[in-house]
Amino acid sequence: MAARIDLPRLRALLDVGAQLVEVLPAAEYADQHLPGALNIPLKTLSPGTAAGLDRTRPIVVYCWDGL
Amino acid sequence: MDWLAHNLPTEGAAASAPTAGSCLRHNVPTARPEEALATVRARVDASPYRFALVVAGDRTLLGRLRHAALDAASGTAVHEAMESGPSTVRPQVALAAVESHLRAHHLSYVIVTDPEGRLLGTVHREDLTGAAVSRSR
Repeated sequence: MAARIDLPRLRALLDVGAQLVEVLPAAEYADQHLPGALNIPLKTLSPGTAAGLDRTRPIVVYCWDGL
Repeated sequence: MDWLAHNLPTEGAAASAPTAGSCLRHNVPTARPEEALATVRARVDASPYRFALVVAGDRTLLGRLRHAALDAASGTAVHEAMESGPSTVRPQVALAAVESHLRAHHLSYVIVTDPEGRLLGTVHREDLTGAAVSRSR
């Protein structure tokens, strides 16, 4: 289930092993991203590209608004 | 999430670009609104600055005390003499933009706060010489 979160909640989730996914294009990801974030550009997001994510851990997806 | 606006670290090619948050000073005197001006004046006089920033217990910026205001009657409380709501910038603002702002408005420093208005520090024009900018991450 997806939910919008704020910074304190994000930090709490990261403390328990959440995975960060930036969905901006690769060039923007290369420019700047949150520490440890993976890049799955929105236009490439699919079950296949998301297959590497650990479904047992929280997944936090963000775009520019998240930065 | 406002990650950048809280001056938190990032990764990537631009992560080391100089920003207001990368050039902060943290030693400007601060004061609580209920303090007596005489107490704050002593603190300011012992510092290299001629002003103090007024903050709440959680570091929320409430105002600024310029040196002239510190000359008010000794029994005056800080909140009676402070300038409320001084202008601020966010830490992710490019240092070049900060420098332009300072020059355009003939300012010697800017105050940097996070989105909740908490004081992060100050950026001073004298720190933004060419050497300082190139040195900054």
